Amino acid sequence: MAPAILLAADTPTLSSADTGFMLICSALVMLMTPGLAFFYGGMVRVKSTLNMLMMSFISLGIVTVLWVLYGFSVAFGTDHGSLVGWAGDYLGFGGIGKTDLWPGYTIPVFVFAVFQLMFAIITPALISGALADRVKFSAWVLFVVLWATIVYFPVAHWVWGEGGWAYDLGVIDFAGGTAVHINAGAAALGVILVIGKRVGFKKDPMRPHSLPLVVLGAGLLWFGWFGFNAGSWLGNSDGVGALMFVNTQIATAAALLAWLAWEKIRHGACTTLGAASGAVAGLVAITPSGGAVSPLGALAVGAIAGALCAMAVGLKYRFGYDDSLDVVGVHMVGGVIGSLLIGFFASGEGQSDVKGLFYGGGLDQFWKQCAGVFGVLAYSLVASAVLAFLIDKTLGMRVTEDEEVSGIDQAQHAETAYDFSGAGGGVLASVTAPLTAAGQPKQTRKVDA
Amino acid sequence: MRLITAVVKPHRLDEIKEALQAFGVHGLTVTEASGYGRQRGHTEVYRGAEYTVDLVPKIRIEVLAEDEDAEQLIEVLVKAARTGKIGDGKVWSVPVETVVRVRTGERGPDAL
Repeated sequence: MAPAILLAADTPTLSSADTGFMLICSALVMLMTPGLAFFYGGMVRVKSTLNMLMMSFISLGIVTVLWVLYGFSVAFGTDHGSLVGWAGDYLGFGGIGKTDLWPGYTIPVFVFAVFQLMFAIITPALISGALADRVKFSAWVLFVVLWATIVYFPVAHWVWGEGGWAYDLGVIDFAGGTAVHINAGAAALGVILVIGKRVGFKKDPMRPHSLPLVVLGAGLLWFGWFGFNAGSWLGNSDGVGALMFVNTQIATAAALLAWLAWEKIRHGACTTLGAASGAVAGLVAITPSGGAVSPLGALAVGAIAGALCAMAVGLKYRFGYDDSLDVVGVHMVGGVIGSLLIGFFASGEGQSDVKGLFYGGGLDQFWKQCAGVFGVLAYSLVASAVLAFLIDKTLGMRVTEDEEVSGIDQAQHAETAYDFSGAGGGVLASVTAPLTAAGQPKQTRKVDA
Repeated sequence: MRLITAVVKPHRLDEIKEALQAFGVHGLTVTEASGYGRQRGHTEVYRGAEYTVDLVPKIRIEVLAEDEDAEQLIEVLVKAARTGKIGDGKVWSVPVETVVRVRTGERGPDAL
């Protein structure tokens, strides 16, 4: 997010058009988290559907509360040492007036804060796909609290906060290739290296239980992503948001086709899961780059990301790490590709006049992108692994093998995703309660979860 | 009496029902089943991971018949189920000791 282009003497005033647009964009980005829940939820087996949905959905609750209390302050408060922000006014949103404008922009601070909140919500949710079927819900809740605090809020400051080291270095990340996707993908890798594989990984078939849900989720992500990407310019006065919107569509389409082409050549079929995955890979790759490249550049970025991510998802079988739903293979790899390609495809006619190698700009920007990419990647990987390790040693990260095999939904949430059988129903607890009171010892807890 | 069970390809169900009705069978039970024989399964691909799916969908038809009708009924059923390709399924019969019609309490061949 770069500062809006302003005439020297202009002090921005509140624009109702920009404000309305940004409120809609915030709602669009909010919808991505339930969309992600469906995308992931359809990919797991029936017995862990609800847990997968909940790992995303709970983030809407947790991160919102953290964000109001201190998250916004850490991410976007006054810079301290290029590493974190802090501003007393932002704690509890206490010192923010409803007409206070975000410095240099035409929208209220509240609008900027709520838009950024939606990014902070979806980023931990992205990690959950790598941890399918096997993580205690209490451990996940604690992980989200700690991870958002120690990893996401500071990294958002590095990349987008005035004074953050990556921001000052000139790393281009339009809407979150580093702060969101590389961050989440690297975190996923760090956590799964600590907690290990699912029972039966590489032996048992782990087929997606509902590809229609996956496609529904991918569709909601694609739709919401327009707000995520185009909204990240925070206004519409100079056409950059429109360029980003167009490039988002182009790269996503190209990646969808590239993934399918790879599959057709390699496996002989164009799969539904491949189409949905390719679209998401394209969305990820254009997220950092869409403001810097031309529409033809977006076509190239999308096609490269679609093909490379299709290849990358197979690596987990070779190296034996259980990235269950390919968070590393799609988000980390896609984020790295999109961020680094800026160094080649930046046209100089988008968000800034920075040119990449193919437009005569040399490799300057490429090296800056490398610094941003690998700085965020390394910090997130290490910090996330340490957090998972500490939680594992105290609370324990994983459910028991028995609970994992018989299904985490019943063990952790006391629910079942689907009731297909008319014969399998139970009776209401209130019906059985008098019977229990008559002879047997009274239950202290209603459920075992 | 005999219980005739057929595990066959799902798309043959309509032909089988019609053939059995023409033969004079009044009722039957159909369940969705899955299994494999010499046909084995098929391959599915999810993000590059190829799975061999052993079990293929089948339907299981159960019909009760009197002893003297059983052989002919099996022939009718097999003819209606056959496509000539691998995976057409199996039909077998076993003796049945008791049959009761729940509504009336009738027993034996009267209950069929």
